[in-house]
Amino acid sequence: MTINGQTHSHDVEPRTLLVHFIRENCGLTGTNVGCDTSSCGACTIHMNGESVKSCTVLAVQADGQALTTIEGLAKDGVLHPMQEAFRQNHALQCGYCTPGMVMAAIGLLDENPHPTEREVRLGLEGNLCRCTGYHNIVKAVLAAASN
Amino acid sequence: MIPAAFDYVRVDSADAAVAQLVTHGEDAKLLAGGHSLLPLLKLRLASPSVLVDIGRVKDLSYIRDAGDHIAIGALTRHRDVEISEMLKQHVSLLALAAGEVGDNQVRHRGTIGGSIAHGDPASDLPATVLALGGSFVVKGPKGERTIAASDFFQGFLTTALAADELLTEIRVPKITGAKVSFQKFNRRAQDWAIVGVAAWKLGAKSGVGLVNMGSTPIRASTVESAVASGASAADAAAHAADGCEPPADLNASVEYRQHLARVLVRRALEECA
Ligand SMILES: Cc1cc2nc3c(=O)[nH]c(=O)nc-3n(C[C@H](O)[C@H](O)[C@H](O)COP(=O)(O)OP(=O)(O)OC[C@H]3O[C@@H](n4cnc5c(N)ncnc54)[C@H](O)[C@@H]3O)c2cc1C
Ligand code: FES
Ligand code: FES
Repeated sequence: MTINGQTHSHDVEPRTLLVHFIRENCGLTGTNVGCDTSSCGACTIHMNGESVKSCTVLAVQADGQALTTIEGLAKDGVLHPMQEAFRQNHALQCGYCTPGMVMAAIGLLDENPHPTEREVRLGLEGNLCRCTGYHNIVKAVLAAASN
Repeated sequence: MIPAAFDYVRVDSADAAVAQLVTHGEDAKLLAGGHSLLPLLKLRLASPSVLVDIGRVKDLSYIRDAGDHIAIGALTRHRDVEISEMLKQHVSLLALAAGEVGDNQVRHRGTIGGSIAHGDPASDLPATVLALGGSFVVKGPKGERTIAASDFFQGFLTTALAADELLTEIRVPKITGAKVSFQKFNRRAQDWAIVGVAAWKLGAKSGVGLVNMGSTPIRASTVESAVASGASAADAAAHAADGCEPPADLNASVEYRQHLARVLVRRALEECA
């Protein structure tokens, strides 16, 4: 598979979850694990351009696919517009949910470039922020959409 | 949490999937989107010894106009059902219900076939297809057969599918021009319904399906007959919980679920008026 444009190839057991493959086999630790129940969205990445929860995909299911993780967003030291919007709008507190939020938010705008506030809230329902900073997260996504 | 070890086989056709099921028998499980199965494996509530991955069987992912009904391939993702213009035009209730499943990430992976085959009474799509009077095409070692949705859901997580059969197609009759409503009552975002209602109305005809009101998805036929005989939404909805034995859990008692069913069916019928 490719992750952020680079080819990664490792022999793994079929039961290896994609998130563990990304973190442990590929050393990309920006993608987090926040739950055991597919609820929190901290592990959200893009697979062939769509947001997915990488804790609920087997690494073998991603064989041959194109993945993007949070590490793949910034280009030449310049933050992705969504990362910049999170920064400008103080859309993070502890930061644990942030990689998943940013990936889910980018996926959301790809499918719906000009969402209403309600659509942003609904579109991010698969991502939990335990610091409950939802208000600024929604502000950041709306700001990114209007840029 | 990490699943118990299993062998993994990826197949590229429905026939190859059936052949694997025949070879491995009860030890094998099909893997479609994995969004019901993998959570169970992670919690070790299930531990099949072989997973047969049908996720890449491309020719089982489609939405087709088949005259009086729409045919949907079992591997079609919830997201593709949600945004299908053909479904929005002819069976908009199904597109609406698919948009209520989980969250965006879940809808990108989960498939309609997986949801139907899993047969969870708390899931949104089984009750919806039941309310629509749909049917399912399944393929086994002896060939294909078609099962009406009303005969398919037999008990809690138990369906008419045999261990060596694959669900290949979901058929839903066209109800072009019908008014539709999907009512989902829950307390947390992305969650399953505490009680849900899928309803459509076209002239005197209607269909009402109940989510999480028993050990299987339920068709509220008493409500439908009341609607057909001209009862008001409120009068018809008073029958919503007739004959239902809903579960009691942390979220709701039996009585509360029965109350919710009556209120949500009334709202649904009012929206379909
Ligand atoms: C966080 C989260 C929230 C969710 N919220 C909801 C919700 O609100 N409402 C809701 O309805 N659902 C919800 N779901 C479940 C989701 O809809 C699943 O995608 C769906 O139930 C299963 O589809 P799948 O393709 O992922 O199936 P899988 O998990 O791959 O398979 C499920 C079962 O069906 C069998 N199977 C799969 N495909 C076939 C086939 N073609 N023929 C025969 N057997 C087959 C498998 O062997 C397995 O036993 C949620 C899931 C998650 C993770
Ligand atoms: S770690 Fe994937 S949803 Fe929580
Ligand atoms: S910023 Fe702490 S979990 Fe969201």
